[in-house]
Amino acid sequence: MANENKAREELYKELDVIIEQWKDEPGGLLPIMQNAQEIIGCVDEEVQNYISDKTGIPVSTIYGVATFYSLFTLEPNGKYTIGICLGTACYVRGSQLVYDELSKQLGVEGGRTTGDGLFTLTATRCIGCCGLAPAMTVNGDVYGRVKPEDVKGIIEKYRNIG
Amino acid sequence: MKFYRSQVLVCAGTGCTSSGSADIIRIFKEEIEKVGLSEEVNVIHTGCFGLCENGPVVIVYPEGAFYSHIKLTDVPRIVTEHLLKGRIVTDLVYSSDSAHKSKSMALEDIEFYKKQKRVALRNCGAIDPENIEEYIAFDGYKALAKCLTEYTGEEGRDKIIDIMLQSGLRGRGGAGFPTGLKWKFAKAPVSDIKYVCCNADEGDPGAFMDRSVLEGDPHAVLEAMTIAGYVIGAQQGYIYVRAEYPIAVHRLRIAINQAREYGLLGNNILGTDFSFDIDLRLGSGAFVCGEETALLASIEGKRGEPNPRPPFPAVKGLFGKPTLLNNVETYANVCQIILNGPEWFASMGTEKSKGTKVFALGGKIQNTGLVEVPMGTTLREVIYEIGGGIPNGKKFKAAQTGGPSGGCIPAQHLDVPIDFDNLSAIGSMMGSGGLIVMDEDNCMVNIAKFFLEFTCDESCGKCPPCRIGTRRMLEILEKICDGKGEPGDIEKLEELAINIKNSALCGLGQTAPNPVLSTLRYFRDEYEAHIYEHRCPAGVCSSMLRYTIDPEKCKGCSLCAKNCPAGAISGEIKKPFVIDTEKCVKCGACIEKCKFGAISRK
Ligand SMILES: Cc1cc2nc3c(=O)[nH]c(=O)nc-3n(C[C@H](O)[C@H](O)[C@H](O)COP(=O)(O)O)c2cc1C
Ligand code: FES
Repeated sequence: MANENKAREELYKELDVIIEQWKDEPGGLLPIMQNAQEIIGCVDEEVQNYISDKTGIPVSTIYGVATFYSLFTLEPNGKYTIGICLGTACYVRGSQLVYDELSKQLGVEGGRTTGDGLFTLTATRCIGCCGLAPAMTVNGDVYGRVKPEDVKGIIEKYRNIG
Repeated sequence: MKFYRSQVLVCAGTGCTSSGSADIIRIFKEEIEKVGLSEEVNVIHTGCFGLCENGPVVIVYPEGAFYSHIKLTDVPRIVTEHLLKGRIVTDLVYSSDSAHKSKSMALEDIEFYKKQKRVALRNCGAIDPENIEEYIAFDGYKALAKCLTEYTGEEGRDKIIDIMLQSGLRGRGGAGFPTGLKWKFAKAPVSDIKYVCCNADEGDPGAFMDRSVLEGDPHAVLEAMTIAGYVIGAQQGYIYVRAEYPIAVHRLRIAINQAREYGLLGNNILGTDFSFDIDLRLGSGAFVCGEETALLASIEGKRGEPNPRPPFPAVKGLFGKPTLLNNVETYANVCQIILNGPEWFASMGTEKSKGTKVFALGGKIQNTGLVEVPMGTTLREVIYEIGGGIPNGKKFKAAQTGGPSGGCIPAQHLDVPIDFDNLSAIGSMMGSGGLIVMDEDNCMVNIAKFFLEFTCDESCGKCPPCRIGTRRMLEILEKICDGKGEPGDIEKLEELAINIKNSALCGLGQTAPNPVLSTLRYFRDEYEAHIYEHRCPAGVCSSMLRYTIDPEKCKGCSLCAKNCPAGAISGEIKKPFVIDTEKCVKCGACIEKCKFGAISRK
């Protein structure tokens, strides 16, 4: 993630500001956790404990929330998160084949990160680019009308950047 | 506002942004600057025009020239030719039929827009969504002003409810509950605290109507929510929007801040004693949070699990207080109804479904994009006249509406007028507006399996029928698609489906079997072919596929054999080749390479 170089201490300071802002707000736990995911890159056990200490919300509740929503990850994602759309519009235009090819090329299942920590493969639902189906994203860059044979080149591109 | 000779509207919806419209806007500004037209020509980024397939899309007014598939290199030409010299660049102008490039293809002349009626999408693609003044110039906040000044007191608020009732507006989130009635129920309880919420969780995978409204016309939703707050006596509103919609979130934030600055949100709105504010809450990727009780639980910061109703949110909703929840598109109709009158709205549509409906057209269709049509329009009109039909000369097989809760509509029902009741009658549902077209190459058993995978994934696990039942159904479908189906599987699926429908806790489980039931209803023969003949008629389910080379067509060039990763193809040059089905891994590489169309997959 973008913040990989900063030490956790630094990141927690950023998170403190957010916690301060939301902790007395009703329903503030989700926004706190969304920000934690964004700032730290995951909500692992340590982050959950940290939020619990600061807010007084039991860790069990926080863990319950973290495992319920697909946005939260319990370990950090790779440097590049590849999302292949498995929304209906993309699916009927063959995105499953692209997904299978990605999984083959990267050697990981959906939701997993490659051994070198470079890529995380995820299946997303409609990202609103159905006109470009099948659609795929790499850290927010959108690739449209992707065919299985395009996959290799796209992965290479990011591998070369490193 | 400043007066400009020409306006360049560039679509900045998600679809066009993905195809590079942000850079197009930048280059337009630079080029216009270069030729010294900055004072005369205004570049505006707008919401979605609907024709996403042809993005990036640019419209130049006053001529209304509609440019499609614009590349960065096209921009200088449009600037020097059109904006400077006044000559429309005809070869860049959109045409549904590329042989007839008309000189100036205005929006109204385009087949795609002819049958459409834009009410909820009225401002999408017409105004800059990040500028409240443009919204105000298009009658924005007039409906709110009218409500606060003309419909005052208890009586006035009841009058607004009457207007909503008379208009016949029904919820666009899927269930189609009359909006006026919902407002009435939420107004009734006496409580010092009430909430107005907006469901912008748009969970149907393959649908982006609500997103486009939020991206293109965020103030319309804010204004309607404020009116709703005034009617039911709420002080606070929340919009629950998917985190996966960054552009919509960004524009909503801007819109809320601008509305606060203009005194249209906050204390003493428009100088009255009515105070109301709106905040955003982001979803975190859980389909079930589109269900109303789950959504409210999520706003409360909890796991988004549904709760049994009653109590209904109108009585005991967010933080235990009376709460009104409507969908984005529902709200987008409200101000128009107040300004133009309920009769105007009720004059559109069918007997029990009034007004228009926005659909996100996707899948095997020429013009992927967003369309808004009066209720009662037929599927044939939407798919063939507006959508431009099926690409590559393929045959229409079915259209899926209602997403994972809905069903498919086969060719024999293409002429049914689309409305809430008709779609239910033929085993599908209106849903929120996703409309995915499938052609002869799509396997309906595979599609049913796709939706079941989705619901299994998204089932929150609270109730066993949904958690376990859908998994059992999925296992059977996987078996069938793997060529291991057995007699009795169809009956098992049907039995499970009925039981889950009757016993699941929330709408997710109750509707999860629908895609299976409706494909069974119309495409039972495909299921049977899989089970009894171990054959996938559409050629999708790979374990049942056989690749063969037609000896009549094969010229013996050996290209296929060279490209076969499994070494399964052999033969002599200039003589027909053969595929060893034992070795074949069914990757399809040979079909791609064959120049003579000699290889088939069945
Ligand atoms: C599983 C499930 C998912 C739903 N998803 C959505 C959704 O994404 N957007 C939406 O507006 N309504 C959704 N609904 C419907 C809502 O529960 C609710 O009926 C609707 O938001 C009410 O607004 P309306 O009356 O304006 O349609 C969903 C319902 C269920 C059961
Ligand atoms: S279904 Fe993939 S972008 Fe919409």
